[in-house]
Amino acid sequence: MLFYKHKLYNINSIMLRKLIITIFSIFLFAINANAGSDGELTLKKNKPAEIKDCFEKLNRATFKLNQGLDKVIIKPIAKGYKNLPNGIQKGTKNAVTNLSNLVTIPNNVLQGDLKSAIINTARLAVNTTVGLLGTIDVANKMGFPKYVKEDYGQTLGAWGIGPGCYLVLPVLGPSTIRDTAGSFTNVLGGDPWYNASIHGNNQFLSEGLYIGSKALSGIDFRANNIDSLDNIEKNSLDFYASLKSLYLQDRENKIKNNQRGSIEVLYKDEEDWEEIDNN
Amino acid sequence: MKKIFIIILLLNINYIYAYSIEPNVFIQSTVNRASDILSKNISKEEKIEELKSIAKETVDIRGVGFYSLGSAKKNLDENQKKKYFDLFENYFLKSFSSRLSEYTNPKIEVQGKKILNKNYTIVNSLLISTSERPEVKIDWRVYTKNPDNPLIRDLIIEGLSLAVAQRAEFTSILNSNDGDINALFKTLESFTKK
Repeated sequence: MLFYKHKLYNINSIMLRKLIITIFSIFLFAINANAGSDGELTLKKNKPAEIKDCFEKLNRATFKLNQGLDKVIIKPIAKGYKNLPNGIQKGTKNAVTNLSNLVTIPNNVLQGDLKSAIINTARLAVNTTVGLLGTIDVANKMGFPKYVKEDYGQTLGAWGIGPGCYLVLPVLGPSTIRDTAGSFTNVLGGDPWYNASIHGNNQFLSEGLYIGSKALSGIDFRANNIDSLDNIEKNSLDFYASLKSLYLQDRENKIKNNQRGSIEVLYKDEEDWEEIDNN
Repeated sequence: MKKIFIIILLLNINYIYAYSIEPNVFIQSTVNRASDILSKNISKEEKIEELKSIAKETVDIRGVGFYSLGSAKKNLDENQKKKYFDLFENYFLKSFSSRLSEYTNPKIEVQGKKILNKNYTIVNSLLISTSERPEVKIDWRVYTKNPDNPLIRDLIIEGLSLAVAQRAEFTSILNSNDGDINALFKTLESFTKK
């Protein structure tokens, strides 16, 4: 009886959590829809510089908090991680990248890219089995096409939903309303790794493992960008604005699947460049 | 008469080609020069000074300055423009050389080019990976209005434009100070002095 009560409590708690997340996501979409309807933030015009920073004061405060956390906790860990043997770093990177396939594949399907979905499913199968839980990128050695990550924020963008306002999230960093709403999809059933870890009801997976894998992914990213971020910070007049611009440019390229050298990337700022010759 | 016209036209074309510099050759020679400086056994300060002189020759600092100002450039009078360009040049040279001086012996391979129009060519290159860092794709926006004297206007690193990011910074400083250009002047001055 006690077991059932406990189970019922767990189910209720999960449902309550999901309900809160759903309401919050709907709220975010509602803001996004309003922001997107002012004529400036449609996908066609959403140049990174034109995306509104509706919560700038709050964003800058969160940015400062994140910088503090980075200085005291994240950067020292990332530096320690960078000192680990190359094999361990590579294995970790491969394993977390392999897990990200679980989010990429449904997004390939949602974006109508079935070919990539099939390739990434095969990649996941090969790397998880032959590649020892993804620590070895066997698929790459077999000549699979280069892996391109996709997420729910990118899918929403590909569907024509504007980015809405710029946001800085505690710990997680730069985002937009659309991308934050996209991230919530992961915990609403969109990430099989989350589902299996949190609700899998087995002895091998746990919430800690899921959080650990996400933390490792973040540390790996930070470790690979120590020098470049230091360099940008040192040479920026406004580090916040600089990172915001780089994040938004990167998201725009990812949503449009712009490959380096593609005509979309090259021409996207053409009018602005031509304009300076008329002065 | 027709023949004479064709001969004159051909001579002109030859003349143009004889003196113009291909943007990809220009970039490769520029990065080779910078790489030589960075590999030299001299102090960091000396490297920075030498890199600044390369930047003065090869970058359209005035053009980049105009671009960075965005729409604010329309509101400046001649005196303010002059002051801005003096301050911008000092800021740019310091920032540019400081960014580059962090690298030791970088190897950049030019891979190709894409002509956008008569004014711009994009040169594609690759910063070769080392044990310390992965390979980095760098595209160069070269201003080719004067083919005899091509100039760099932007660096696009892994698809991210440095000029766009710089303009976002300038716009942010102006927006937080009600568009007051003197606030930007002050920020540029304090960056150069630090």
